[in-house]
Amino acid sequence: MNASAHPLRLPQPDALAVSLRDVTRRFSGRSVLGPLSLDFAAGEFVALIGRSGSGKSTLLRAIAGLDDGVEGEGRLTVPADRSVLFQDSRLLPWKTVLQNVVFGLHAEGSDERGKRALADVGLAGREAAWPNALSGGEQQRVALARSLVRQPRLLLADEPFGALDALTRIRMHDLLFRLIRQHRPTVLLVTHDVDEAIKLADRVLVMDEGRIVVDRPVSLAHPRAKDAGFDVLRGELLAALGVTDTI
Amino acid sequence: MSDQSHALIATAYSAPFAAIAGVPAQAHPFPPAQRKLPKLAPGRLPTGAILFGPVALVVLWELASVTGWLSPKFLAAPSTALFTGFELLQSGTLAEHFLASARRAYLGLGIGVAIGLLLALASGLSRIGEASIDGLVQIKRAIPTLALIPLAILWLGIGEAMKVALIASSVFVPIYINTHAALRGIDIRHVELARSVGLTRGAFLREVALPGALPGFFTGLRLAVTTCWTALVVLEQINTSQGIGYLMNRARDYGQTDIIVVGLAIYAVLGLGSDFAVRLWERKALSYRKALAS
Repeated sequence: MNASAHPLRLPQPDALAVSLRDVTRRFSGRSVLGPLSLDFAAGEFVALIGRSGSGKSTLLRAIAGLDDGVEGEGRLTVPADRSVLFQDSRLLPWKTVLQNVVFGLHAEGSDERGKRALADVGLAGREAAWPNALSGGEQQRVALARSLVRQPRLLLADEPFGALDALTRIRMHDLLFRLIRQHRPTVLLVTHDVDEAIKLADRVLVMDEGRIVVDRPVSLAHPRAKDAGFDVLRGELLAALGVTDTI
Repeated sequence: MSDQSHALIATAYSAPFAAIAGVPAQAHPFPPAQRKLPKLAPGRLPTGAILFGPVALVVLWELASVTGWLSPKFLAAPSTALFTGFELLQSGTLAEHFLASARRAYLGLGIGVAIGLLLALASGLSRIGEASIDGLVQIKRAIPTLALIPLAILWLGIGEAMKVALIASSVFVPIYINTHAALRGIDIRHVELARSVGLTRGAFLREVALPGALPGFFTGLRLAVTTCWTALVVLEQINTSQGIGYLMNRARDYGQTDIIVVGLAIYAVLGLGSDFAVRLWERKALSYRKALAS
C-alpha cells in the first residue's frame, strides 16, 4: 500500500518532499524492505512504527542515503538538504557543544545560528561545555539543535527519544513539536512508541516485514490529549502491530 | 542471672550502635559488628604512597651497605652514589655525557615518531597503504631492534647515524601500532554522522579521524619515550666516548659501582620524567575527557 491509496491525500508533484518507487532492500539475499512506493508531502510529519526487525530503520537509512553496500532496487527522490537525528546523540566528544551544533557548516554566521539553535533547545550558555559534561537528555537536545540549525527540508529521526527516561521524553516531544512548527521540515519519525506517534504525527505508517500495512492520517487537534479519539487510534495501531493492550 | 547477661549484651551493643543512629540497641536484632560488610576491594592509595616501595628499598640498601653486609665492590651504597653523582655534576662530566645521550635519544625519538605517524596515517586511511605497510611493520615488530645492530653497523658504520637510526626504528613501532589501531577503530557512528552532514574527506580527516586517533597516538608516545632510552643503553656500549652508557661501561672496567648506580638512576629519572611530561601533555590535549570522571 502506498500514499496514492488515499486519493484525498494525493500530493501535488511540486509539493512532494520524498518519493519512493518500488524500493527494495535485501540483506544477504533476504528481503527486508519492499517493494515499496511511498510519498511524503512537503511539511508532513510522518511517524513510522513497527516491531523490531520490521524494516523501519532500513527504510529510514535508505531515505537518508546511509545504506550503501546494501543490495536493493528502486527509485528514491529525496531532498539534498536533509538531516538525521540518531537514537544516540552522536556528539563528537572532542568538540564543544557549539562546535558540535555547527559541525560541517562553514557559511558565515554559522556560530550565531548555532547559538540561536542552542537557545531554542534551552541550552543557551552551554556553548563551551564538553558533551561528556551533559546529561543524556541535554546531549540529545544538542543533537536536535545540530539537526535543525541546518534548516533541513527533511528531518529523519531514528528513535531519537528511545534512550531517554520517560520524563525527559515528554519534554523532548513538546520541544520537537514546537521547533517543527517553526521550521516546517518534512519529518519522518521512526519509533516503537505508539503514543509518541499519535501525539506528534500528521500521518502514521505501520510497517511489518518490510511492507507498509497501515497508512493512516491523524486528524486529532493539537495538543493531543489521551481522549476517546486517541484511544481508538491507539487500539487500531496496536492491533496492526499484533498487540492487545488489556490493562 | 539471665536478665543480667541480657543487660550486659545490651550495653555492649548499644554503645557503638547508639553512637551511629541514636537508637536503643535492643531494637535491632543483630550486633553492629556483624552488620559491617567486609571491604572486598582495596581502597585508593593516598597521594605519594606509591613511593613507599622505592623509599623502603633505598633505606634497606643503605642499611645493608653501612653494616658492611653489602660490599661496595658488589654494589655501592646509595649515599656513595649520591655523593659521586654530585661530584660528577660539579666537574661538568655528567652534563657532557648526559647531553650526548639526550641528543641521541630525542633525535631518534623525533625521527621515529614522525615516521611512525606518517606510516600510521598512510596505512590507517587508505587500503593500498594498509596493504603495503601494515604487514611490514608487523614483521619489523617481531624482530628485536638489537638484532638489527649488525646490519645497521654494516650500512651506517659505528657512528651516531647508526645509533639514531636504531633508536628511531625501535620508537616508530609503538607509535605506528597504537595510532594505526586508533584510526582503524574509528567509531562507525561518527563516520555516519560525518556523511549525514555532508563532510568532505579532508574535513573528515581533520575533524573526526585525527582527533579520534589522538588517544591512541598518546598511548604510543608514552611507550616510545621509554623505548628510546631503553634502546640507548645498549647502543651506547658501541664505539662511544660520550654518553651515560659509555660512562657506565667505563665504570664497569674500573669496578666503580657508584658510577653505575648514578647511570641507572639517571635512566630511571629520565624514563619517569618523559612519561610524566607526555601524560601532562596528554591530559591537556584530551581535556574533554575530564568530564567523564565527574
